[in-house]
Amino acid sequence: MTETRCDVLIVGGGGAGCSAALHLALRGSRVVLLERGLVGGQASGVNYGGVRQQGRNPAELPIARKSREIWGRMKQLAGTEAEFTVTGHLKLARDDAEEANLIAYLDVAKQHGLPLRMIGRNALHGEYPWLGPKVLAGSFAPEDGSANPRLMTPALARAARDAGATLHERTEVMDYAHDGADFRLRTAAGDVFVAPVLLNLAGFWGGRVAEAFGEAVPIVPLSPNMLVTEPMGYFIEPNLGVVGGNVYLRQIPRGNVIIGGGHGESDPGQPGQTPWSRPIPEVTMEAAALAIALVPALEGVQVIRSWSGIDGQMPDRIPVIGPSSTTPGLFHAFGFSGHGFQLGPAIGAIMSELVLDGRTDIPLEPFRITRFGAAGQA
Amino acid sequence: MKVAVVGAGPAGVRAVEALLAHDIRPVWIDEAMDGGGRIYQRPPAGLRRDAKTLYGFEAPRATALHAALDAAKPHADWRPETLVWNIRPGQRQLSTLSAGRQGVVEYDAAILCTGAMDRVVPVKGWTLPGVTTMGGAQIALKSQGCGIGQRVAFLGSGPLLWLVAYQYAKAGAEVVAVLDTTRFATKLAAAPGMLRGPATFAKGLYYIGWLRAHGIRIAEGVTPLAIEGAGSVSGISWRDARGGVHRVECDAVGLGWGLKPEAQLADLAGIPFAFDAAQHNWVPRRDAAGRTPVTGIYLAGDGSGIGGAEVAEVAGARAALALLQDAGRKVETAALDRKLASLGRFRVALEKAFPFPSHLAAGLPDDALFCRCEGLTVGELRATTTGPAIPAPELNRAKAISRAGMGRCQGRVCGAAAAEILAAQLGCSVAEVGRLRGQAPVKPIPLTATP
Amino acid sequence: MKLVRLRDTDRATLHLTLEGSGLAALEGDTVLTALLAGGAGHLRDSEFGDGHRAGFCLMGACQDCWVVVEGLGRVRACATLAKDGMKVRRG
Repeated sequence: MTETRCDVLIVGGGGAGCSAALHLALRGSRVVLLERGLVGGQASGVNYGGVRQQGRNPAELPIARKSREIWGRMKQLAGTEAEFTVTGHLKLARDDAEEANLIAYLDVAKQHGLPLRMIGRNALHGEYPWLGPKVLAGSFAPEDGSANPRLMTPALARAARDAGATLHERTEVMDYAHDGADFRLRTAAGDVFVAPVLLNLAGFWGGRVAEAFGEAVPIVPLSPNMLVTEPMGYFIEPNLGVVGGNVYLRQIPRGNVIIGGGHGESDPGQPGQTPWSRPIPEVTMEAAALAIALVPALEGVQVIRSWSGIDGQMPDRIPVIGPSSTTPGLFHAFGFSGHGFQLGPAIGAIMSELVLDGRTDIPLEPFRITRFGAAGQA
Repeated sequence: MKVAVVGAGPAGVRAVEALLAHDIRPVWIDEAMDGGGRIYQRPPAGLRRDAKTLYGFEAPRATALHAALDAAKPHADWRPETLVWNIRPGQRQLSTLSAGRQGVVEYDAAILCTGAMDRVVPVKGWTLPGVTTMGGAQIALKSQGCGIGQRVAFLGSGPLLWLVAYQYAKAGAEVVAVLDTTRFATKLAAAPGMLRGPATFAKGLYYIGWLRAHGIRIAEGVTPLAIEGAGSVSGISWRDARGGVHRVECDAVGLGWGLKPEAQLADLAGIPFAFDAAQHNWVPRRDAAGRTPVTGIYLAGDGSGIGGAEVAEVAGARAALALLQDAGRKVETAALDRKLASLGRFRVALEKAFPFPSHLAAGLPDDALFCRCEGLTVGELRATTTGPAIPAPELNRAKAISRAGMGRCQGRVCGAAAAEILAAQLGCSVAEVGRLRGQAPVKPIPLTATP
Repeated sequence: MKLVRLRDTDRATLHLTLEGSGLAALEGDTVLTALLAGGAGHLRDSEFGDGHRAGFCLMGACQDCWVVVEGLGRVRACATLAKDGMKVRRG
């Protein structure tokens, strides 16, 4: 049973947590990150891998733009770009209402400096002859793309360690306390970690940490249903999405096609219990059918694996980010509602700015933890 | 009461037989065209060899099992050529695929008898056409009347090595070498223990003796170096126990080191696993009767831990009785329990005689291919313990970083070796690196527009 | 890889094509046997540059014997019975 003091404690070893550990360590902070499983083992590791600005709630776009800048220099920052490829993101409309939605977003994108290009039906099928007949229009984001989520967080973790951060995996925090000056976190093994600053980057479980400090929020588990095919000849270059998001797919150069759509089932578990999540067969097959409607050549290709994971969803589908409303020195960033992967690198940078500079250029008002009202049920 | 039995090998047949005897008509599913499993696999219609030729010493058992299979099929809801690709223990559902159509089988209780497959260690050149598993070489002969090549070498360890080599030589194939990676001394030390199963032991000695008497080249304690060839197998080289290097020309190699359970459905059912040090396999948890920690799921046969065909038959019947007991029926289990206990003691000795060659996997050169599906080298796996990511302390992160086990076979073929390689690299035990978790579908299924 | 017929060869002949070329097989052969005993040499190529594959386990587990049969789509050659007139392509 040990007691360790540091400058900043981070709970949660996902992309945001590891990025925060890295950014803080690079600026000389003594950082300790505590992860209950293995880094990147939850939402950060199981997600689709979209590195996407297009389609986001406008409030998220400044973060997404900041993150895109970091993605562009990921190799220098983390030692690998984790297969980040600028394939472009092509968001598709399958009926008139969906097309109207794409058109409406063009203004939002323009306001935030996000380059987007509308492509009409003929041009779309000319450029991408493998698209299914029902696809009417598309909006192409040339700066967007995808990366390998399984590589990204472990690489950020390694870089953080190399920069001087201490990362403890398989270390679950069982008790959160604040003694007026410092946070005191006790792990399952009985060790205590002490620091004046605590970053709550714990994904779905960030809701539990917030509750421990008297600011519960209405977060629910979100489990994306994912599947991947055997390798086939590479032909789908852009990362594909649709209005409404009921299916999304991308092909990697090795040939496998990753398809997502709908939700699996999960149980985040009680403290001390291992969470579980799994895909649902009917949902998997439904996503397969939707994918074939987008890309008919996928019919007959084999699914070799499916999976799910646990993310945290907020009622308005944007995360909680910002200082605690109850406890000085506590900062939150969790509840990324299924689209945090691209934001992770910037979240880490923003956290380091909040901690070390007392401010950030990114408007965080829309993400304040107090926005859910006094009820704030968990 | 809705009962499903997955698998129609020795365990599944005897389980269904016992259920039928108690007026339960189970849904009975097997992936293959017919039941019988692997060791008693029946050739397709048209092939005419008799049981003695096909199964040798096992002919009486095989014949009896086939009779039981054929007697049971009409009375069960028999569904061959049907893949169970997922199980949802909470909803008590099996996801099935048959003739391209998706289906769901609901159950109150299910017995999983999913059998085993060969356990292999990669060898340089093992992806060349002409290389099969030991079991695969046997299936080619038994089920299709074919040898895997004109001049065949066999490499590996375990009783199957001697049996298959013997069967090939008897069938008129040219067996150019039988290469046992276990030293003679190891087998000798285990011999007294193997006398617990005198019939099996005697058969083993018979095969070895016959091969020697017919001048077949045998080497023990070998370290395989490479299977050679350009586009197809042309030879195999090895180092003998004293360090001498040898090479023999061949056009096919059958290789295998015992068996490992096909336990993906047990994994998806939520059954916890433990590493069985004696048989050197991860096995799902079950008691002697086949009950598991998951209510309504029972396990029997090699899919729950390698025990061999005779054990599988008894275990299948026993698991069915456990299911019936749990449903409130009165059944007599003492005789089966005694039989299982006595058969179990022989297995321990067998494993001591033919231990899994961890050292061979750990000693592979960096440029050897170890993951057939993804075309990965041993070096790429070893690099997961260094490289640009936080080191992989266990197999699933190693998979995430290297892609090992991400191919079509989902780690069936490479998983055992990957664990040994990673453990050796990390300097920890093979149990500590964990195992690749099962994920649905347990085998590839096609994307379809009509779910 | 060439499978060698050792036993049980007294069976009716079947005719298949492999990528357009004719192949003779015997009733009861799996597609794998038909192709490899018939001189096909290999069933598919590894997607990752390490060359020809001809199956491995012969029992539907290793996933190394995928071929395409017209009308059936992608199938495992070791687990599919050859039928007269089948049109096969390497996987």
